[in-house]
Amino acid sequence: MTDQERQLVDAIAEMREDDALPMAKKLLADGAEPMRVLELCRNAMDIVGGRFEKGEYFLPELVLAGEMLEQIGAIVKPLLTGKEGAATKKHGKVLIGTVKGDLHDIGKNIVTFMLDINGFEVLDIGIDQADAKFIDAIKNFQPQVVALSGFLTLAFDSMKNTVDSINKAGLRDKVKIMIGGGQVDEKVREYTGADAFGLNAMAAVNLCRTWTGVAA
Amino acid sequence: MSGDGAARLAEKNRLIADTVALRPTDKVVSVFYTMFWHAKAGGATCRDMMYDYKKSAEITKKLVLDLDPDMFSLPHPVSALGPTMELMGFKTLEWPGHGTPDNVSYQYLDREYMKPEEYDDYLFDPTGYYLSKYLPRIAEAFEGLAALPTLPSLYYVQIVHGTRYFASKEVRGAFERLAKAGDEMRSMLRVAMGFAQEMADLGYPQAQGPTAIAPFDYLGDNFRGSKGIMLDMYRRKDKLMAAMEKSIPFILKQAIEVGSRHACKMVFIPIHWAFDGFMSLEQFKTFFWPPLRKVMMGLIEKDLIPLVLWEGECSSRLETIADIPKGKCIYWFERTDLKLAKAVLGDITCLRGNVPASLLTAGTAEEVDAFCKDLIATAGKGGGLILDGGIGIPDEAKYECVRAMIESTRKYRP
Repeated sequence: MTDQERQLVDAIAEMREDDALPMAKKLLADGAEPMRVLELCRNAMDIVGGRFEKGEYFLPELVLAGEMLEQIGAIVKPLLTGKEGAATKKHGKVLIGTVKGDLHDIGKNIVTFMLDINGFEVLDIGIDQADAKFIDAIKNFQPQVVALSGFLTLAFDSMKNTVDSINKAGLRDKVKIMIGGGQVDEKVREYTGADAFGLNAMAAVNLCRTWTGVAA
Repeated sequence: MSGDGAARLAEKNRLIADTVALRPTDKVVSVFYTMFWHAKAGGATCRDMMYDYKKSAEITKKLVLDLDPDMFSLPHPVSALGPTMELMGFKTLEWPGHGTPDNVSYQYLDREYMKPEEYDDYLFDPTGYYLSKYLPRIAEAFEGLAALPTLPSLYYVQIVHGTRYFASKEVRGAFERLAKAGDEMRSMLRVAMGFAQEMADLGYPQAQGPTAIAPFDYLGDNFRGSKGIMLDMYRRKDKLMAAMEKSIPFILKQAIEVGSRHACKMVFIPIHWAFDGFMSLEQFKTFFWPPLRKVMMGLIEKDLIPLVLWEGECSSRLETIADIPKGKCIYWFERTDLKLAKAVLGDITCLRGNVPASLLTAGTAEEVDAFCKDLIATAGKGGGLILDGGIGIPDEAKYECVRAMIESTRKYRP
């Protein structure tokens, strides 16, 4: 990594937004390959994710890092020829959504983001999703993991119903199911029939790593 | 008020006052607080509770008399808001009968209601900003007010000329619609106040008076949205800090005015964005705690009792939030280990909580009883505990589990 490249990685990882964007532009202007700039962004996100995992960074840092990534991505992507992007290796597929009756999405979005930067291919089907939507998505997307999100206590029953429906559709042995959000705990996991629950986004990442055999 | 009711009210009020002041008690306090559990327990829908003021009162009365808690929260200010919100075209919530199914609680829409470049407008003139930008965004009825001029720009006979703005179709329409919404709100409050008096006559004090808000949540929940405020912590820290400071006198004014004439002096402050996983302890000490503490101290100065609901897990905050006067507040914890809270804060503040929602919803009465017995023996040791759910009684709680929770305060001495 050149000094200039290192500076971009550091600027993103250290939350220096005002520096990061001009540095990315300068790299491109100086002849860097667009793919290389995206790789550097991924390196920076690895650092951010690691610091989040260690409790040094929190949600504001994830959100700001995501914003920087989006801004740089918007500059870089038009420069890609189309051949470079496809090769990104993903660790596994995760289907995520907020269950029926619940409109909350902040936690779900953070989990989606963390899974994404940790190399998982994530399909987010949104909020207030009926069982049938999850079933259809499992059939079409064929994930290894299904993540059910919910903030309200009514979500306990919706999660249980969704797990039951996955069972009835004969898909239960094809997926691991994790639940998270609000007031979810071991009691709720047991009630819903999910395989595990998580209290935060890193717990979700770690569950997916375990289930898909990815080393941390 | 009958003699029985008056005696019961005095006894319960004494227990509550002793608990808050951390004087030894022979019982921990029980409380009836919920969003919509009364609907489900009373055979009605959430929508009924949003729209039928009398039914909400009747059901709550029946449940309170049956469960006999030491205090109860009036349901109306929390959940009987449907007709008024409909009349004013309120946009920041979806509620049963209006966006969510009849039996689903209302839900807040996390959006950006103030643009980042508008901090300066708010800081320059909060009232003008409310009239011209903020209120029109959050409710249809206010939209016409955007046609008003900047009022301090009028002077002398300009003020006479300025009356013309009030005759505009937009402004006239806004006032007419707001007056209708206001009439409806008065109807609701008449029922609510009558019900509060009826319950006081029967011996049941209210569990909360006015409400207040942490300045960070005021900006985050109501103006900038969760994503916006997280970015503001980095992109415009000074403006965020200044806006929080600016909001404090307004937050206090409302709570103190209502609190001065309310029977209940506990000021409910639900805390949304302070939990451990959201921001670092350093950020909490910078952004969250100092402005919140100012609000709390302003209330305490006026003999009001901040009732602070710390949502989520807040273990790492305990030492920081211990910096308050002794026996003047209530800290209600949703997921923070109450035994740990007792160890750190037990000599400083009364605690409230925290039977898990999962236990009240998916557990058995025996499990709830065992949990409460342990909590009373530990977090309630010597008193200073209000036993409640993590965030009150969850909407889907089993009746027998709620009964077990409240009964446990009579079965087990602290």
